[in-house]
Amino acid sequence: MIAQGASSDRIGLLSREEARGLAERVLAFASAVDQARVNISSEWTGNTRFADASITTSGGVTNTSVTVTVTIGRRRASASTNVLDDASLRRTVELAATLAKLSPEDVELMPELGAQNYASVNAFVERTASLDPEVRSGAVNRAIEAADAAGKPAGRMFTAGFLEAIARAVAVATSGGLFAYHRTTDADFSVTARTPDGTGSGWATGGARDWGQVDPAAIGRIAAQKAVASRNPQAIEPGLYTAVLEPSAVNDLVPLLSGALSARTADEGRSPFSKPGGGTRIGERVMDERVTLYSDPSDPALLGQPFDAEGLPLSRTVWVEKGILRNLSYTRFWAQKQGRQATGPAFAGGLTLAGGSKTTEQIIEGCERGILVTHFFYIRSLDARTVLQTGLTRDGTFLIEQGRITRSLKNFRWNESPLLMLNRLEDLGRPVATTAGRMMPALRVREFNFSSSSDAV
Amino acid sequence: MSPTRRDFLRTTAATAATMAAFGPLAVEPFAQTVAPPAADAAALEIANEALNAAKKAGASYADARVGRYRRQSIATRERQVSGVSDSESYGLGVRTLVHGSWGFAATSTMTRAGAQRAAADAAAMSRAARIVRTHRVELAPITPVTGVWMTPVRRDPLEVPLEEKIALLLAANEAALKVPTVRFASSSLALLREVKTLVTTEGTSVTQTVIRVGPAFSATAVGAGGEFQVYEHELAPRGQGWEYIESLDMAGNAGRWASLAAEKVTARSVEAGQYDLILDPTNLWLTIHESIGHPTELDRAIGEEANYAGTSFIAPPEKMIGQLRFGPAFMNIQADRTQEGSLARVEWDDEGVPADKWLVIEKGLFKDYQTTREQVARIRALTGVSRSHGCSFAESWNRVQFQRMPNISLLPGEQDLSLDDIIAATERGIVVKNRGSWSIDHQRFNFQFSGQAFYEVRGGKIAGMVRDVAYQSNTPVFWNSMDMIGGPSSYWMGGSFNDGKGEPAQSSSVSHGCVPARFKNVTILNTRRTA
Repeated sequence: MIAQGASSDRIGLLSREEARGLAERVLAFASAVDQARVNISSEWTGNTRFADASITTSGGVTNTSVTVTVTIGRRRASASTNVLDDASLRRTVELAATLAKLSPEDVELMPELGAQNYASVNAFVERTASLDPEVRSGAVNRAIEAADAAGKPAGRMFTAGFLEAIARAVAVATSGGLFAYHRTTDADFSVTARTPDGTGSGWATGGARDWGQVDPAAIGRIAAQKAVASRNPQAIEPGLYTAVLEPSAVNDLVPLLSGALSARTADEGRSPFSKPGGGTRIGERVMDERVTLYSDPSDPALLGQPFDAEGLPLSRTVWVEKGILRNLSYTRFWAQKQGRQATGPAFAGGLTLAGGSKTTEQIIEGCERGILVTHFFYIRSLDARTVLQTGLTRDGTFLIEQGRITRSLKNFRWNESPLLMLNRLEDLGRPVATTAGRMMPALRVREFNFSSSSDAV
Repeated sequence: MSPTRRDFLRTTAATAATMAAFGPLAVEPFAQTVAPPAADAAALEIANEALNAAKKAGASYADARVGRYRRQSIATRERQVSGVSDSESYGLGVRTLVHGSWGFAATSTMTRAGAQRAAADAAAMSRAARIVRTHRVELAPITPVTGVWMTPVRRDPLEVPLEEKIALLLAANEAALKVPTVRFASSSLALLREVKTLVTTEGTSVTQTVIRVGPAFSATAVGAGGEFQVYEHELAPRGQGWEYIESLDMAGNAGRWASLAAEKVTARSVEAGQYDLILDPTNLWLTIHESIGHPTELDRAIGEEANYAGTSFIAPPEKMIGQLRFGPAFMNIQADRTQEGSLARVEWDDEGVPADKWLVIEKGLFKDYQTTREQVARIRALTGVSRSHGCSFAESWNRVQFQRMPNISLLPGEQDLSLDDIIAATERGIVVKNRGSWSIDHQRFNFQFSGQAFYEVRGGKIAGMVRDVAYQSNTPVFWNSMDMIGGPSSYWMGGSFNDGKGEPAQSSSVSHGCVPARFKNVTILNTRRTA
């Protein structure tokens, strides 16, 4: 490990004290207004993209931006800039004040928060923040070599992918004395492998705060193995089938519940968690009794940001416990109105779907006849009341018979709801890291609605 | 109908004959009263510093873009403002070609030292790419240009007082809330001013100011049993000034729009099955975007988007150009970055290539892709086109430019038919208006789209509103089933303010002009009963 601060200097990330100094400069310019909040985001990204075994584009970006939110009476507005000299910062504060004065009074306005206590979450990993272009090219090369080796039975693989490292410092400060600072890193690497005959496509991904937990060769190998296995897919009649969803597929669907978990929407009668006749369904069974959904920035497997954009501390929030709805997402205004605790946005502190202990392979072995899904694509909402979505399967869709993968299937369009799906569980696996801040299991779901066939490979 | 649209239609009607011969689409009489600003001296100095540093670092080619982006958004619901924000972003992006590989670096440190550092970082990335390379980048020829350009506007929307913008939106909400059963109304504006200076080692130096506006309106009606229905009106975003927003007369029209939400509450749920599908231009533009715009991107066809947005069924190019029967002989699809008022209108792309106009589909046959300079060599022998079509674009100074969609439009038919004419000629059909939910697979075959307002047609007449409609089809089958299209008078331009592609994901804005069209025997789903 490189000494703390070495890469931060190189990549231009603000330290806690630098962020505090910048926030104080901005707040000083805002001393004439009733309240002010400063949000700072200081970010470095390094990325490498490749296709057809050639790096197509790569990039490195450093940027620090400041958003100032000004409150005058019950009027509030914000303005942002990434030009950090005094003149620009003063102009941005004045612009926010002008916008605020022109805005009508907000009857739901909550005062800015004062000093808070935050959990200490160490989500910054030096080797992720040090991932330079040579290291990234080397990792891409290892993935391509592994894909070529695994893809040999099908000929020369076409590989494409993307590797991105992000280091970010986020700070919030208010005129009421609040100061919050958090540093985090993310490394994400994904590879798509396609067979030369154009009939097979596979995909694999890995993501973590720590680049050391991402295995480029394994990602390349799995993508190619899936591509080879998915060649010459056969069409089967669309309809209701048992589906085995790999953790990445589950990660595509379950987080879509965040909007439905809005307490306000539920109280206003516009959500699946609205109680007929008024109120919410908190305390009622809404999912299979094995399902637990929680957010927890301090969980070592999630390492999320311990505060939201207003500086509200985020702690462990259990949304669903053994199938029972335990909480909804309450803004500060709605929490006060309803006499509840504010939670911040749903899933802001990461998300884990817990309740199972099996591996994906065991979930497949337990399947008499069903369809294995690698991941999903182009998901769009169809009906907010049921959280109904449409989308497609992609990069490896297979028939399972008597616990074994027996053949490759053409992709499907599906129409399904993550909420209704979590009521039709046959089995669920052990949660695994899908991307940084997400722990998702494989699921086996009864009567998943595969509605039409797609010719896309 | 807005004055702007009336002007447009008058002009289009007058030039119908030209369009029938696949000539230029009518140019709207846009008056420019705001002069295009010249390049900022400091921006030019920093950009040129970056070019010099890139050359010193071994770049055989480099370009530097300095961008200053101002974005403002105003959102309202019912009688209050739910959000006002204004953001400014300023920085430099440098792209280098060293030994045939690209590198890119961007910084918000706008000093000579910051520019030198970014150029050195970009060159280091170019060099690091050499170990993973199967071919060298070859750039199509270009004639270096210098100049300034600005979106023709009468009034810069960022300079319009905020009070005026808020008053306009709240007046629309108020009009909507007068409709019985309409309980919620929301409206918003997204406004952008982008000032961009591009300099290249080949001698190009251009500064462009691009203005875009994106209005939105929706109303929610609640029935007696608590049943609610949302109606979003299709207010096309445009590359125009404040005068376009005024021309929409949101306050004057919002009551009529909101009454459609109320009507949806009592509309009957559609009977799923096969129907003749009649798409209004307010819906068809997005179907064109997804099923024609994206698959005719050359980067998708050659696999460069395989890991994210996907590939294309229009591949490989050697089997498709001049051979793929995309639709009927009256189908002509034009790509055009010169169309006034459109979102993708520029004078030069982000490589300094002049805005271009060409046919992607001619008489139903696929003819050509969308290209950038480095892509031309891939298909030059097939198309005979040796220059870029000018499709290079970056969302901001901090993203590398790559191939993005120009405006892609369905040209009107020779006969000047209207939507009503098409309805009158239809025995059993469904009319779809405005964009609803949309989803399409990663090779652009299987799609499922919805809308905001749907009408059943029986015996050549509208037989009432229906709801819960989605249409699902397969791109080649769908376009080959098109048997009627509207004429020049029914042309309308919709568009997307935020179209995503690339890794890291970048957003671009693009317009699509079209006329109403009928498609035979399309699968209609009931989205309510699907759950």
